[in-house]
Amino acid sequence: MDRKNIKGFLEFVYDFYKSMKAHEITLVYEGEITHQITKAFTSLTESNMAKEEESNSVQKKVFHVMVECLQNISKHADSFGSDDFLFAGRGIFMVSKGDEEYHVTTGNVIENSKIEELSKILDHINSLDKEGLKQLYKTQMREGRLSEKGGAGLGFIDIARKTGRKLEYHFLPIDEETHFFVLTSTISRSE
Amino acid sequence: METIKIMGTDDTPTVILDAQNEIFEISGRSLPEDVTAFYDPILQWLEEYSESPKPKTIFTFKLVYFNTASSKLLLDILMKLEQLKEAGHDVLVRWYYPEDDEDMQEAGEEYADIVDVPFEQIGYTLS
Repeated sequence: MDRKNIKGFLEFVYDFYKSMKAHEITLVYEGEITHQITKAFTSLTESNMAKEEESNSVQKKVFHVMVECLQNISKHADSFGSDDFLFAGRGIFMVSKGDEEYHVTTGNVIENSKIEELSKILDHINSLDKEGLKQLYKTQMREGRLSEKGGAGLGFIDIARKTGRKLEYHFLPIDEETHFFVLTSTISRSE
Repeated sequence: METIKIMGTDDTPTVILDAQNEIFEISGRSLPEDVTAFYDPILQWLEEYSESPKPKTIFTFKLVYFNTASSKLLLDILMKLEQLKEAGHDVLVRWYYPEDDEDMQEAGEEYADIVDVPFEQIGYTLS
């Protein structure tokens, strides 16, 4: 970077900081999601929440949602391009905290061919009430099989149950083969 | 029969499977990196135990957190206990939950609905 570019970069850092503040983002990460990362983020957030004397029930909900979201990325995120396996299992992970609620947000690349099935699963979950979600969880636990990567197909259902909210998601086109899948979960801070 | 004794960590539960002293217990937190690798030896142990079980098997679950992948494996354990009961043996599950944790209480109720094994729900206070 020459002088001019360095200045531009330093200004970008400040802008980045300001947008993080504006969106009340307390944690942001881009990269591979490993078990170690999951442990580090959850324990960091746990200790922050404990310090801020967040209620037990809110702490537990945030913890649950974070674990399931992180595991979704590590198990399902696809690679950029066709032969770039290095980029599988990566994504963006964010936690934001407002006066009223926490948001846990994930974004990852997904192959176009998987979009239809994923939307179907998410929409089905969103169409169910509390009792319906409970039944679906039970059925999936009984009949579902663990995937090779250890996914049980229960993560989204669990998030919907723990938050009591709809799963808010969106697919944004990247190129002809892939989309960027964004999912945000909201946990209310009041009980 | 060999005893299984696994000390819990921040992502794996404490497991004690001791046929001789009749202690069967899983407690703590469960979100292992590889759920199958963690729970396989436990399921195998139960399989072997089922061949010559004690007259009464009281299995204790005292978990404070488990992820969804673990929930599936916990069901597998309960199904082994169900088979034991179906084979005519006395089985009881004691499901402990922190008193203020409705989700953990409900999880116990859901398992009790799915498997045909007597369940005892016991709330306790974390001190």
